[in-house]
Amino acid sequence: MTRKQKRLAIIGAGVGFLTAAVLLVMFAFSQAVAYFYVPGDLAKADLAPGTRIRLGGLVEMGSVKRGEGKTVTFSVTDTLASVPVTYVGILPDLFREGQGVVAEGAFVAGSPVFVADTVLAKHDETYMPKDVADRLQAQGVTLGGKENIK
Amino acid sequence: MIIELGHYALVLALATAIIQAALPVLGVRRGDRSLMDLASSAAIVSFLLVFFSFAVLTFAYVTSDFSVRNVWENSHSLKPLIYKISGVWGNHEGSMLLWLLILVFFSMLVASFGRNLPDTLKANVLAVQAWISTAFTLFILLTSNPFARLVPAPGEGRDLNPVLQDIGLAIHPPLLYLGYVGFSVCFSFAIAALIEGRIDAAWARWVRPWTLAAWTALTAGIAMGSYWAYYELGWGGWWFWDPVENASFMPWLAGTALLHSALVMEKREALKIWTVLLAILTFSLSLLGTFLVRSGVLTSVHAFATDPTRGVFILAILVLFIGGAFALFALRASHLKAGGLFAPISREGALVLNNLILTTATATVLTGTLYPLVLEALTGDKISVGAPFFNITFGLLMLPLLFAAPFGPLLAWKRGDLAGAGQRLFAATAAGLLVAAVLYYAKNGGPILAPLGIGLGAYLILGAVTDLMLRSGIGKVAGRVAARRLAGLPRSAFGTALAHIGLGVTLIGIVAVTAYETETVVEMKPGMLAEAGGGYTLRFDGMREGRGPNYTADSGHFTVSQGGVKVTEIWSSKRLYSARRMPTTEAGIRTFGLSQLYVSLGDEMGGGGIVVRIWWKPLILCIWGGALVMMTGGIVSLSDRRLRVGTPSRARKAPPLAVGAAE
Repeated sequence: MTRKQKRLAIIGAGVGFLTAAVLLVMFAFSQAVAYFYVPGDLAKADLAPGTRIRLGGLVEMGSVKRGEGKTVTFSVTDTLASVPVTYVGILPDLFREGQGVVAEGAFVAGSPVFVADTVLAKHDETYMPKDVADRLQAQGVTLGGKENIK
Repeated sequence: MIIELGHYALVLALATAIIQAALPVLGVRRGDRSLMDLASSAAIVSFLLVFFSFAVLTFAYVTSDFSVRNVWENSHSLKPLIYKISGVWGNHEGSMLLWLLILVFFSMLVASFGRNLPDTLKANVLAVQAWISTAFTLFILLTSNPFARLVPAPGEGRDLNPVLQDIGLAIHPPLLYLGYVGFSVCFSFAIAALIEGRIDAAWARWVRPWTLAAWTALTAGIAMGSYWAYYELGWGGWWFWDPVENASFMPWLAGTALLHSALVMEKREALKIWTVLLAILTFSLSLLGTFLVRSGVLTSVHAFATDPTRGVFILAILVLFIGGAFALFALRASHLKAGGLFAPISREGALVLNNLILTTATATVLTGTLYPLVLEALTGDKISVGAPFFNITFGLLMLPLLFAAPFGPLLAWKRGDLAGAGQRLFAATAAGLLVAAVLYYAKNGGPILAPLGIGLGAYLILGAVTDLMLRSGIGKVAGRVAARRLAGLPRSAFGTALAHIGLGVTLIGIVAVTAYETETVVEMKPGMLAEAGGGYTLRFDGMREGRGPNYTADSGHFTVSQGGVKVTEIWSSKRLYSARRMPTTEAGIRTFGLSQLYVSLGDEMGGGGIVVRIWWKPLILCIWGGALVMMTGGIVSLSDRRLRVGTPSRARKAPPLAVGAAE
């Protein structure tokens, strides 16, 4: 092999890997990315059942009901609309009524209930997931407590 | 008073850094030795000043001096001493001071151990180090002063975030920063080489120990962070592809590539330009990580926009250094002469493949980390890019690397014999497939990918062992001769083998946990039994209240039995930290061999019942055990005579032929 051919072989391999990476990234973006919604957005969002999304808002006061042992139902609200959520498992330490929450999961076909497989309520007690706070503020909901974000 | 002295020392450190940044470069231009030598003294003085400053802040924490704002915000007089100390870097200002301390620590090491470095190179390297430390000292003094006072001084502090009050998080940041910031030395060497327009195998020999040291520390830091997240957050997960994790993982990937390409450069004088580029890239990713974590841009683009001083400052540092470095690279790279030739199938070729894969994989992680930020900034749409994205892209891209890793050390430099290497790896391949087949049979079918993944791990481990066996001639020559040859192998050969073995071990852990873990969520009343997985049964005995120095705890007691016989017991608790009224989970974890039983408590249900989440995590310790083996590889390699810091030998024009690598 000449110097040129050797260089071509390496450049070829590099371009090959990059192409593979770009294709993979494009495929993954179409499959494995979850968009963020608050309940008020859902009416106009027109989601296909089974589409993974992140649903954020406040846990509606008085909505938390514990079913058979580990099943929990609650409602997520942005004060304009409210969405019932079911979740099987242990809620995070900081999950509380009236506090901010982000649930990740999907709607099942033919049902208004959002089935969450992950529920996030992180950081300290004045913390509101930033996505939620931004959206709620944009919709004119005032939030109690000052934000405590480093 | 002492606090002000600490602040003042930091200002003096800035002045020293500016001197160190400017005069040595001038010295190199004029050929003035005394100006060049100034760099070393300045580096040492700079380190002492920052060290003093850091010690003062630590003193303020230990004595709970709440007149210092930073101490008041992050400490509490009842906190155990170790967390008072770790609280120093458990917050923005303190952690930036630690960052700076480690940066000047590395400059000091270069100054004191780099006696054999050519004068001009050393002066330039230390000057570049000082550019970085000038920028970061300014950042601390102007936007993140940890010594700001509060008048009047409050009587009690607000306490450190409880999840950070943990031994894992006490040592995680220093280790991580040793890695992150250690790559600054490689960066400075690369910039110095570009300034001088000259680079050779000796350069690579000087850079490699620093890369190895930084890489080893970063490996330890990442593993420690992962283990902390696993046992402290109570979710049983060990890696979340969280942007903060990615921020430390990207420099690790690029650093791994750098480690391999510097090898080619040292041995064969090839890939010079690429190695310089990688050195710049690796530290750029460290800077990017610092920006992502420290600017608040991750919590939200908006949070960044509302308080932009810090973010914009780091962004300016980022643009200045990365932009400057790449501009210099574009101008000067063509001056660096291209090196030795090699066929695509050769040791060099294998290392190039390693580099191609690692950099492409780094690029996908970078894309996944930055895309949500860019999208939100441009369109306002919010998305989350989580584990599924990275599993598809990063996972699939890394797969060929895992297959190729054992081949690399078996190929000769310049021109290798792929078929021959394949033959030598026959035993390892067969054993890997056997492991997969046995496992598939033992699990009664099930997913086929998991046994194959574990087989791949076994193949990686045995492939690395094969290399050592071939080099020492085990099985070919008499045992005594082989043992002597094995002992005579360079330490770096063991380093390589250990690092590859560690990779295999980690892979086995990841696959086993992902495929075979079991999770049970169940409501338990005292006396109730639950299947825990792994053949163990758990009995809930009841709850007990307890109290720590700065928290109260509700603990559940569980008895673990196997086949009706009591094996051990587990306490799992929820704590409520009094100062912040913040609950945390202290999961109960018991280790059985390399596997673990993980119990975390949920809500109390009334009537003494409580929701319990039980995981059986098979072979989970392999994940961090593998990292430990990789680190050992790094340390063993670092102890190689050839690389010992401070005793680099002069470059030999004709490197000896690869000794016994592959006959």
